[in-house]
Amino acid sequence: MLDQSTELQSSPAQNADVLVDVKDVSRSYGNIRAVKNLSFSIRKGEVLGFLGPNGAGKTTTMQIISGNLAADEGSVTIAGHDLLQQPKAAKAALGYLPEQPPLYRELTVNEYLDYCAALNRIARKQRKEARERAKESTGLLDVGGRLIANLSKGFQQRVALAQAIIHSPPVIILDEPTIGLDPIQIRETRGLIRELGKDHGVILSTHILPEVQASCDRVQIINNGSLVLNETIDGLAKHMRSLSLTVAFRRPPAPAQLEQLPGVTAVQSDGNQHLQVLHHPGSDPTEEIVRLATQHDWGLYEIQPLGVSLEELFVELTSEKSQT
Amino acid sequence: MIFTIAWRELKGLFLSPLAWAILAVVQVILAFLFLSHIEGYLLLQPQLAALRHAPGVTELVVGRLFASAAIVLLLVTPLLTMRLISEERRSRTLSLLFSAPLSMTEIILGKYLGIMVFLTVLLFLIALMPLSLLMVTSLDGGMVASGLVGLALLLAAFVAVGLFISTLTQYPGVAAISTFGVLLLFWLLDWSGKEDNLLAYLSLLNHYEPFLRGVFDSANAVYYLLFVVAFLVLSVRRLDADRLGG
Repeated sequence: MLDQSTELQSSPAQNADVLVDVKDVSRSYGNIRAVKNLSFSIRKGEVLGFLGPNGAGKTTTMQIISGNLAADEGSVTIAGHDLLQQPKAAKAALGYLPEQPPLYRELTVNEYLDYCAALNRIARKQRKEARERAKESTGLLDVGGRLIANLSKGFQQRVALAQAIIHSPPVIILDEPTIGLDPIQIRETRGLIRELGKDHGVILSTHILPEVQASCDRVQIINNGSLVLNETIDGLAKHMRSLSLTVAFRRPPAPAQLEQLPGVTAVQSDGNQHLQVLHHPGSDPTEEIVRLATQHDWGLYEIQPLGVSLEELFVELTSEKSQT
Repeated sequence: MIFTIAWRELKGLFLSPLAWAILAVVQVILAFLFLSHIEGYLLLQPQLAALRHAPGVTELVVGRLFASAAIVLLLVTPLLTMRLISEERRSRTLSLLFSAPLSMTEIILGKYLGIMVFLTVLLFLIALMPLSLLMVTSLDGGMVASGLVGLALLLAAFVAVGLFISTLTQYPGVAAISTFGVLLLFWLLDWSGKEDNLLAYLSLLNHYEPFLRGVFDSANAVYYLLFVVAFLVLSVRRLDADRLGG
């Protein structure tokens, strides 16, 4: 079910596009192994959703990739530069929005962004342009002259986001970017992430599942420091394929009548008007049921495939692993 | 890149009332001490006139002013350096520097330079006091200059200690009190009794006094430079270890 190997073994031809390559990274805090032999990669034009329950190692991984934390073992390569051997070149290709926005509250938005532009070695002449571009894409144009301390949490979050993209780095790491935003801002931010995903590689760490479905191309679920799922959004649909139907009739037939249909493995009745129909993958009996229902006048008024939601998949993967 | 960080540090200082308060307080206290030294000199003047090799006004007033300035600044420097790294660690802004294309050395030197520029301003204001005497008398220019160089080197050492201690903690208060303690200890080391033991040699005070007498001994200057370099290297190492530790 969890086919990681195809994703992890990238052929040399694909390597040209690989922006972040994480190899066998481990990290311990004292006796606690926060991240164990983690390996994955991100290509250009890809938004990677990084999911996991609290304490699974998401933030630790983000910190390792962003150079805030050194890995005990393993290597991180960003845009072809090893993070330990050539830290400056690697970090120049990187924009990082940490979990807590790194803001100097005594500066105005413009001053702060200018400082960030300078830190990222943007030439003096281009700083203003870079700053305005970052402000525009994060919706900060109206607050440029205001003190960061006086901004609301949502605006502060956006300033931090602007900081991460000001030098338009190839790799953007976002640790829970939509925290504290209102629903409209969340939609805008997701739109921005999608936009960024077109020519950058984006890693998005979050525990908000719809966010992943809305803005990511690929999903990784981490639990207890190890990857338990690494799958494209399309591939994810396979995991979430429906294998059962809920059918409701005014005048329900005997379950045995439905069990005879091809592909159906079992039918359970809830004693009321609802029937639960389980079927084989690949043979969906919906059409057949509808046909029979009109033929025998069962009074069909509801038929619904029961999909596995990302949430259920998430719970299944993270709880099954933590038991072993 | 170092200048970018230094500039922000300096700007941050002047955006908070702390820098202004420090400038004002130091100036008021030193002005008062300066006046009392002048008064003392005026009282002594008749007796000095009778001596053959009497110490001049530069040594009696300016030298004593710089000696007092050292004590006052020993109290003040920890307040300036306490926030350097600890505040950034506390408000999680350190990750901004860590994920930017900067080396740890650049971060440390930038921070160090920022505070040193501020202290140069302070030093300039202090220097104005003895220079005002030029209106009424002549001064031994070499002795004033050597005193200023000595004070600058001493401050450079103070800041290096403060910066290092600020990298150790995330509580500015802890950094301030520890820096103060360490500086005072280095100051008092020569009280350990015998004149020529190692502890006395390490004392910050022993290397400062010759400057006030107008003696520029390169060994003393080198002592301060080594002191600064040692603590800056320790700071860089400590910041680097931040990524290794948990």
